[in-house]
Amino acid sequence: MRFWLSIQIFKAVMSAQRAGEIQIFCRETYAMSFEMPLDGKCFKLFPPVDVIRHNHDISVSVRAKKHCRPAGWSLTLRMVSTVPKPAAPQSASVRELCLQAHRTMLLSRVLEEKLASLYRAGKIHGGVFVGRGQEAVSVSLGIQLRKGDVFAPSIRDMAGRLAFGESVLDAVRTYLGSPLGPMRSRDGNVHRGRPQEGLLPMISHLGSMISVVNGVLFARRMSGAKEVVGATCLGDGGTSTGAFHEGLNQAAVEKLPLVMLVANNFYAYSTSNDRQFACRSLLDKAIGYGVQGVEVDGTNIIACLETIGGAVQRARSGGGPQLVIANVLRLCGHGEHDDASYIDPKLKNSPLGRDCLKVSEEMLLREGWVNEAQLAEWRAEVVQQVESAVATVQREPAPDPYQHDWTAVSSRHLQELHADTSA
Amino acid sequence: MSITYLEAIREAQAKALRDDPRVFIYGEDVGKFGGAFKATKNLQEQFPGRVIDAPISEDAITGFAVGSAIEGMRPIIEMQFADFSTVAFNQIVNQAATLYWRTNVSCPLVVRLPCGGTSGSGPFHSQSLETIYSHYPGLVVMTPATVEDAYSMLLEAVAIDDPVVFCEHKLLYYHLKAEKLPTEALPVGKARLVREGRDMTVVTYSAMVHESLAAAEELASDGWEIEVVDLRSVKPLDTDTVMASVARTGRLLCVGEAWPWGGVTAEVIARVSAEGWGLLDAPPQRLNAKDTPIPYHPNLWAAHRPTARSVADAARRLLRM
Repeated sequence: MRFWLSIQIFKAVMSAQRAGEIQIFCRETYAMSFEMPLDGKCFKLFPPVDVIRHNHDISVSVRAKKHCRPAGWSLTLRMVSTVPKPAAPQSASVRELCLQAHRTMLLSRVLEEKLASLYRAGKIHGGVFVGRGQEAVSVSLGIQLRKGDVFAPSIRDMAGRLAFGESVLDAVRTYLGSPLGPMRSRDGNVHRGRPQEGLLPMISHLGSMISVVNGVLFARRMSGAKEVVGATCLGDGGTSTGAFHEGLNQAAVEKLPLVMLVANNFYAYSTSNDRQFACRSLLDKAIGYGVQGVEVDGTNIIACLETIGGAVQRARSGGGPQLVIANVLRLCGHGEHDDASYIDPKLKNSPLGRDCLKVSEEMLLREGWVNEAQLAEWRAEVVQQVESAVATVQREPAPDPYQHDWTAVSSRHLQELHADTSA
Repeated sequence: MSITYLEAIREAQAKALRDDPRVFIYGEDVGKFGGAFKATKNLQEQFPGRVIDAPISEDAITGFAVGSAIEGMRPIIEMQFADFSTVAFNQIVNQAATLYWRTNVSCPLVVRLPCGGTSGSGPFHSQSLETIYSHYPGLVVMTPATVEDAYSMLLEAVAIDDPVVFCEHKLLYYHLKAEKLPTEALPVGKARLVREGRDMTVVTYSAMVHESLAAAEELASDGWEIEVVDLRSVKPLDTDTVMASVARTGRLLCVGEAWPWGGVTAEVIARVSAEGWGLLDAPPQRLNAKDTPIPYHPNLWAAHRPTARSVADAARRLLRM
């Protein structure tokens, strides 16, 4: 038996003989409860749930209990709460948001293309990790955050970083190892941030930034700050770590305003999702943690802005942790060293393989919000901005190991003084 | 009135909570229950909202402390047993320990590790992990051996702007008593000469200070005068005090409860050998636990870790060299 649940229909009674399967297609975000007032003693639900918080299709089996000869069953689905869809913003503000998002995506794309070319020219030590194809997802988070929020981006979040307020110079200086950058030549590429401005520099161990964001949010709560949001990003592979589990569970227990954005790009480096997890959808994890979950097409900027924006808004207004699964392909390798030959061509040719920047551009033209000439002008401006930042940083001095402060603790009197030959 | 090592740790936390609104305590069962060893007993009641039960998530507990420290809080987190801190290892050594160096933002947090063996605790509730944490740059590692140090060093740990791994010894919790809490203390990073002697230096820390003192007492009846140095903190390591003692005695024995490979005792010997070779009248020696997991049965456990008896034996061998 198939049952569509929509915002208009919130109660239904079904009946059948003996046993059956109900599929519920749920396109909104609800909390639902199941009731079996008639023959509840003889039938049970499988999985044995009575409240489901979901916005995803689910299957529930109704089974007759052993040693029971029931005549039939009936089941009531009762909506216990709803999360109303945010009212459609005024088209003027949607337009402004889309234009701002597009420009940031464009800046991100052009900047990363420049970094990739510097890498190929041997000008960057270590790796370059870009977010080509994932800009719409990333920018939609960064653009919804505001000053005073905290953001711990992952490796494909140049667009989100720029939208949050990171400067192009910070990015270029970190990649080129300039001592004037926020990491002062000590850490590179995606491992950059300014903790005191709410931008946390990731360590490489996936999932381990979640609990750090939780700690920041807890401290803000202790200090009486209101309406603060903490956001962090991962890929599908990051959801397999223990740190992801501990972090999301902790946020749920503490009811923190955390937005956990997962860019599900179907490959963790080269490993496909069927070797990464066995649940039907990553969204199913939201139920397990007792957090709200939503899913979005990561190639569609409007859908991303609306869905991720909704999650940020719910977290800000006291709705607790939010899990967002954005489905999208990365249109690049894991890093610039990787040709991504393992990605299934069928997936590349599917709608998930669309380039979000092109999708956005077509939408802007279709809506008549920009014309070709304006797009060309934007690109020229962005290219100029990136070239100028790179030229500036390339003139900056390299760090001097003989002048460097080799102190790992801030309490100078507690620094170890080794008398070995490296001292 | 007398106060135990454990009560000193509780009193230090109470004082820190009372004196500094930035301090809070986070860990498994630390709230109403007061902690597995009662180190936080009654604190939740006295400081509502600031002594918080955590899920069994050592990794997230530590990450949470790092995040709050970035915001200027002074978290004290309790690992129920030092052994479980290996689950938090990544957050301690990669997140907390690197933050200042990477970002110039300090990370003032205290990780309390109930360390060391007690009879019957077995392989996963007995470990001494000061060695592995000392290996990482960016951490301060404290190993108090006395009630007074447990109190004053914990307070200092909270005041320090860097992540501190505070190794408190479970065997000392209830047995070790002092008349009153100290009002002044040696600064962290300074070792203490706990017994003077001219024939040999024993450098040790934590519960092994007491085993070494008992061994020194035993050897005194044979006419030997053994000097005992309590390192107090193993990182930073007070090489000067050790070197000065070895200069007086010419013989060095290092005693630690951790495993033998590498470690604090090896570090002390390496430094003395490199910087004070000419001071030594005999090859420096060390005594550690055996190189196996920690056994369950009391007979095996007592033989696994150094004791007054085995310290005295090692000292006698060194005195004959």
